[in-house]
Amino acid sequence: MDELDRLESESIGIFREAFAAIHPIGMLWSIGKDSNVMVWLARKAFFGHLPFPVIHVDTGLEFPEVYEFRDRVAREWSLNLIAAPCPPIEAMDQSLPPNARSASRKTAGLKQVVADHGFRGIVAGIRRDEQSTRAKERVFSPRGAESKWDFRSQPPEFWGHFATTVPEGGHVRIHPLLSWSEIDIWRYIQREQIPVVPLYFSRNGMRFRSLGESDITVPVPSNAATIAEIIAELETTRVPERAGRTMDHEAEDSFERLRVDGYM
Amino acid sequence: MRISEAEAARPLRIVVVGHVDHGKSTLVGRLLHDVGALPDGKMRQVEANCKSRGMPFEWAFVTDALQIERDQGITVDVSHIPFKSSKRPYVLIDAPGHREFVKNMVTGAAAADAAVLVIDVAEGVREQSRRHGLLLHLLGIEQVAIVLNKMDLIANDPARFEAVRAEYEQYLASIGVRPAAMIPVAAREGANIVTRAAAMSWYQGPTLLAALDAFAPKARAVERALRLPVQDIYKFDQRRIVAGKVESGRIKVGDTIVFSPSNKTTRVRSIEQWSAVPGFVPPQSAEAGQSVGITTEDEIVVERGDVISHAGDMPFETDVFRARLFWLGREPLEAGRRMTLRIGTQAMPVVVQEIGRIVGSGDLSERAGTRIESFDVAEIVLRASRIVALDGYSANAATGRFVLSDGADVLGGGVVELGGYPDQRAATTRKGENLVRVEHRVSVTQRAQRNGHKGGVVWLTGLSGAGKSTIAVALEQVLFSRGIQAYVLDGDNIRTGLNANLGFGPDDRAENIRRVGEAAALFAEAGFVVVTAFISPYRSDRARARAAAMRIDGAAGFHEVFVKAGLETCERRDPKGLYRKARAGQIAEFTGISAPYEAPDLPELVVDTETLSADQSVELLADYIGRNFKF
Ligand SMILES: Nc1nc2c(ncn2[C@@H]2O[C@H](COP(=O)(O)OP(=O)(O)OP(=O)(O)O)[C@@H](O)[C@H]2O)c(=O)[nH]1
Ligand SMILES: [Mg+2]
Repeated sequence: MDELDRLESESIGIFREAFAAIHPIGMLWSIGKDSNVMVWLARKAFFGHLPFPVIHVDTGLEFPEVYEFRDRVAREWSLNLIAAPCPPIEAMDQSLPPNARSASRKTAGLKQVVADHGFRGIVAGIRRDEQSTRAKERVFSPRGAESKWDFRSQPPEFWGHFATTVPEGGHVRIHPLLSWSEIDIWRYIQREQIPVVPLYFSRNGMRFRSLGESDITVPVPSNAATIAEIIAELETTRVPERAGRTMDHEAEDSFERLRVDGYM
Repeated sequence: MRISEAEAARPLRIVVVGHVDHGKSTLVGRLLHDVGALPDGKMRQVEANCKSRGMPFEWAFVTDALQIERDQGITVDVSHIPFKSSKRPYVLIDAPGHREFVKNMVTGAAAADAAVLVIDVAEGVREQSRRHGLLLHLLGIEQVAIVLNKMDLIANDPARFEAVRAEYEQYLASIGVRPAAMIPVAAREGANIVTRAAAMSWYQGPTLLAALDAFAPKARAVERALRLPVQDIYKFDQRRIVAGKVESGRIKVGDTIVFSPSNKTTRVRSIEQWSAVPGFVPPQSAEAGQSVGITTEDEIVVERGDVISHAGDMPFETDVFRARLFWLGREPLEAGRRMTLRIGTQAMPVVVQEIGRIVGSGDLSERAGTRIESFDVAEIVLRASRIVALDGYSANAATGRFVLSDGADVLGGGVVELGGYPDQRAATTRKGENLVRVEHRVSVTQRAQRNGHKGGVVWLTGLSGAGKSTIAVALEQVLFSRGIQAYVLDGDNIRTGLNANLGFGPDDRAENIRRVGEAAALFAEAGFVVVTAFISPYRSDRARARAAAMRIDGAAGFHEVFVKAGLETCERRDPKGLYRKARAGQIAEFTGISAPYEAPDLPELVVDTETLSADQSVELLADYIGRNFKF
């Protein structure tokens, strides 16, 4: 077993624990590279089937390539897709900096779709190496009625025993990719030939390393035009993955505030 | 041990632990910086974050990312940060040191291959330095490097370093831990982390990074017995797939496998895997670490919680076992507490039957006690509501460790220590097939009518020397003289005949009692008042004897009599000189001395031989039988 086999096996185990303990489950599909890997792993976990819907929390501000990719892949993989709209920016917390305020629409859209469908488990494709508050997450993260992340008292989690009990009126976040790193994701995409949105590949010396809404995401300089070139770039780069996500850099605490409120 | 290339390329997980404020996060931040693993802009960002708080540069801010952590200068929860040395990839797990967050430290440490334990050399060895050392040991982390940090505060004095080093080394030795290295460090200055400190030229050992590079990843348990705890059974299509992760050993198509504790046997028909690659051929075998699905040749009913093994090397089955527990609950744990046991994928109610030695919280001194306080480590006996399939921790880690929870909260973790209790698999398995009972033409009731009393079992239990045999034979005589058909089954008599092939280990003791229980039930069915005189130390064995007697319709059933005398009294009486021999180590596994005795919970009768004479005891019993075996 190499590292990718080990990560794959661990993620499959997490999916199966979630499916055995929590019902109903919905899986967030942002159409980005990580969530494509996640859908792929779920199909492995359930032997080619996907026994729960995938949710695209849709701000309406995705790049056109993203919508095109979403509709094609959902069809090809026979996904049960829920496209969940987000409320307008005027309805958001006005004390948040502008880019974080835009991102918080996703939190609101997510809370709405959880309430509408009565989901008790939400699978999200976050990774610890992306961002320093995500580095502190649990694989199973219980959320109360307000979806809040209570980072002050997270449940113990060890030896593969997870906090699978759903809090009254709330849900549990499940993070099957938590211990994957960015380069693991690309190596796995390469090995398994998983499709990704073309925006990740360099055009005119620029590419997207992390995909968010078109209003708050910018491409970074790069000449990596193939998966192999992306992997080679990641082996040496010192530029952080989310450098192009403007919401991360507005204030020291803006990402933490978003996550405490229920952002992924 | 040989490590494959793939195994070597796996990131090594290092947890950094130790007392609060001793400099763990600083060490992590500085190590990441010194190996060049900090992304561009990180230093500037940390600098700005410190400046805005009006404080000098804090390396800890690299991992202490939460506002509360930065404002209070304390780590609340673990961070996982990947980095690479020239030798291999790593994940650093920065754990909190405050007592309040021990559960987070355990969460981080349980995921690690190796550990760095940080001690502030100026402050010396403190409570969490010791506790974390002990917890690492319990969590099975054997590779530990000790960092004696803040050498700058003691002007790099080798004598003061040596004093703290020796003290901690001695503590580790007392719990059976040998550190790989003990390194003088000044984390803030980067001394002896990646580069050697000129100011400490007296130190000859490795730098921290060199010590980490010398660690090895934990080996997967491929060479151990097969254990595959069942996570779920899927029927998404025509296949019925049993899914789970191979925790140890290997499994192949065609293998004969046993599901425990349901005790069902079948063969592996296929190993299932999904792949998008056209023409994909599913594998013929799988090994430790892999999440798999199998189909079986027989459509047997199995469920989540069952453990798959090979027939030749099955897990232990018991409803009672010893364990070493670390308790994370806020309230103390006392005997009698009910919780949920989660082991492998099994979950079931358990009760804490007994609390043994406790390693105390504060000074980590040992004591006997009845209350386990928060963060204590203790020896306990757990009794489950049904049979559990498990292993001793040393034989198989994955099926030998468990968590206890109450509602949603995980309150503790522990490792199983076998010994003292028998494997109950044989006792709960009927090997013969096609059995048809012959119906008697003389009924139990007709026999009772002729005898003038019912048959049934009077089961004496108690320590060796409590008086069981003395009472039993005297009772037999009294009952006989009163016209009652009575017969005694006594330990040594049965062991020279029916049970001559059994020894005194836990398994043989259990089988001994099982046979006596069945024999007693046959006598009872034949109309006799059977009086048995066996120590019969295990509750589960007595429960089975009861079940055997209760199968007989129209008889007087099973009457458990606790022949009660304290260990001290029995040892003083020592009629056969056995206690003396046991104390001298000449008899292994002697009940009360080196093997457990489980007193009855709710016996039908207690005969206290410390307060009653032999005659009074016999009279009490004869009376009881007169009342309860009436026809
Ligand atoms: N003088 C000196 N101070 C240090 C050194 N290393 C750390 N410190 C200081 O010790 C204090 C505590 O450091 P942290 O790294 O936050 O300690 P910690 O062990 O991570 O603390 P918790 O995570 O809360 O348990 C900070 O003020 C550091 O600057 C050192 O080598 N020398
Ligand atoms: Mg810290």
